[in-house]
Amino acid sequence: MKFSDFVASEAIRSHVHADSKEGVVREMAQSLVDAGKIAAADLEGIVKAILKREELGSTGIGRGVAVPHTKHPSVSKLVGTVAVSQEGIDFQSLDGEPVQLFFLLVSPPDRPGDHLRALENISRQLRDESFCRLLKAAKEPVDIQHLLAEADGHGVVS
Amino acid sequence: MNAESPESVRDAAAGGFQVETVSREVVVINAAGLHARPADLLAREARKWQSRIELVNDAQRVDGKSILDVLTLAAEAGTRLLVEATGPDAREALDAIGSLFERRFNEHENDQES
Repeated sequence: MKFSDFVASEAIRSHVHADSKEGVVREMAQSLVDAGKIAAADLEGIVKAILKREELGSTGIGRGVAVPHTKHPSVSKLVGTVAVSQEGIDFQSLDGEPVQLFFLLVSPPDRPGDHLRALENISRQLRDESFCRLLKAAKEPVDIQHLLAEADGHGVVS
Repeated sequence: MNAESPESVRDAAAGGFQVETVSREVVVINAAGLHARPADLLAREARKWQSRIELVNDAQRVDGKSILDVLTLAAEAGTRLLVEATGPDAREALDAIGSLFERRFNEHENDQES
């Protein structure tokens, strides 16, 4: 699976305003609403479900990266977006480091395979230090779009 | 806890410690597969042991102590994996990791959480 299969380009943010876990999750979910990927009426439910998932264990998987996610019946295909916090946010991540790079995923409840393949793609690409570093240094959403497109085109072979 | 590198395993062997590689097949039986939370549990368990721990599927061999590596397996329910442990506590490590798979990573089939 490629980034272009699930990342909504219009929802990408290079400067999140939020400075908390709930704040960044809400801001990213709102960006998916604004991009027309999820319904405004489902925003609250999706934010709550993602935060409930975080209570089971942070999705801050290290290297300044978090993958907040949930299943939600309102989506018929996997949708996601990418956001960068210039300052970094305390996400109770597994290595204790603040998180700068966020991949938020909302997947249909009956498609666990798609969710796994999205996680596979994200984690495979993030093993490339320079990809991580360049994403965090992105100044505009279009920079992030270009980096994702490049990763889709010539991703590091694991 | 330090990850055991191949070099240090060899050092340990040179120093006369018992070093062995043991392996066993495991099957992903929780319905959601090896997603973020099971991968985290697995990497945490693997890091408790001195031994080098690797997971092997048809296509690749990854470090069991790295959540990013484990996630790149994208192992769905039903996937068979080989777990290999090399080091002084290889057998105990293998038992502990095998048990995580057997216990479905403490997930219930109807969980809506991933």
